[in-house]
Amino acid sequence: MPDAVVVELPAALVALFPGSVRRVEVAAGTGAEAIDAIGARWPGMRDRICDSRLDIRRHMRVFVDGERATLATPLRPGAEVFVMTAISGG
Amino acid sequence: MAMAKKLLVLLGTKKGAFILEGDSARRNWALRGPFCETWPMNHVIGDAATGAIYGGGGNEWFGPAVWKSEDLGRSWTHSSEGLAYAAGETPIKSVWSVAAGGGAVYAGVEPAGLFRSADGGTSWQHVEGLRDHPTRPEWQPGGAGLILHSLVPHPQDARRLWVGISAAGVFASEDGGASWEPRNRGTRADYNPEGQKYPEFGQCVHCVVLAPGESDRLYQQNHCGMYRSDDGGRQWRSIEAGLPSTFGFPAAAHPHDPDTLFLLPLNGDTAGRYVPEGRTAVWRTRDGGASWQALRTGLPQENAFFGVLRQAMATDRMAPAGVYFGTSSGMVFASADEGESWRCIAQHLPTVLSVETLEVDA
Repeated sequence: MPDAVVVELPAALVALFPGSVRRVEVAAGTGAEAIDAIGARWPGMRDRICDSRLDIRRHMRVFVDGERATLATPLRPGAEVFVMTAISGG
Repeated sequence: MAMAKKLLVLLGTKKGAFILEGDSARRNWALRGPFCETWPMNHVIGDAATGAIYGGGGNEWFGPAVWKSEDLGRSWTHSSEGLAYAAGETPIKSVWSVAAGGGAVYAGVEPAGLFRSADGGTSWQHVEGLRDHPTRPEWQPGGAGLILHSLVPHPQDARRLWVGISAAGVFASEDGGASWEPRNRGTRADYNPEGQKYPEFGQCVHCVVLAPGESDRLYQQNHCGMYRSDDGGRQWRSIEAGLPSTFGFPAAAHPHDPDTLFLLPLNGDTAGRYVPEGRTAVWRTRDGGASWQALRTGLPQENAFFGVLRQAMATDRMAPAGVYFGTSSGMVFASADEGESWRCIAQHLPTVLSVETLEVDA
């Protein structure tokens, strides 16, 4: 069982899933496991963050402890994972 | 005594869905919205059979989804479960078109493909037969991308379905989506070299609608002309004579008369795509496209530099029929008398991407 990390989600994402919260603790050893855990807790949320390239969506960003991360990024116990919306749109 | 009815005009816009709620005379309108978290909503429809409202859209951050409201817009859910191509393929950017029919809900997406839901939009299955079509590798995107729009389920026969793909043309299935054939004979591709202007596929179809009744009558607004087919799209013939241009996006069939059609020609694909001469007109035929009348009463007749997009004109099912369109400048115009006279019923909205109607109990 991986150790607990903290995931912080953007407000625009939380607004799409009634009952979801901005800051949540999940057990995850990689970025992918953290996103999977979020999707297990709120069905459908994984699809809002990742797409069929099996990667993070083009206009989404994930930072781990302040560094730009990918799904493969390893997470230390207690890591802070920030899921963010990139600058986009018009 | 018949239950009193009221009409909803459902709007998809570049920044959310909106609903205009009319009184029984279709004269006074109240606006509600924005809905769907201000996502770009390409197409918002009402399912007359269930009263549900579905909205297809896509958000730059979060990708595609079909939104649904079962209480006329008061609350919404969204789903994209199964609304994806196989792992590794180009992601779906947005849902472009939604249709309900034959006990299913259909979603057309970009890049072009078709999805079907048998559970009212909770989950989706890819209709693989269309993307497996041998012409697929040669489909070319139009200006808005490689999009599947103009989803036309046959109202009586659930096995039959037409789709429009920009710019691959019209395709039809007679077996519930398992197999498809291009149906573009007689429609032009002016942008092709001499001798190749009538290809089997590759036409830039803008909008396809089915005429009411038992016939196989279809109408089409194409990038290159306006057309009619009396055999389910196997053969098309031009009905553009008498219209001010060959270019436009929407077409709206009359709810009861198969010979009546409404078009909104624009000034041309390289001329700004405005209403011609800055003067707004809906054009109506009463004889299947043999002749046309410009309908202008109440519409802006000077300095109108807007366009009307492919899903942004609709009729209602009342008598006389109402006609509605929304503009790129965020205005909505309505006629309660088959286009004879018009009123602006909303303005200052985001760019209007779709207009549909839903009749509900008052």
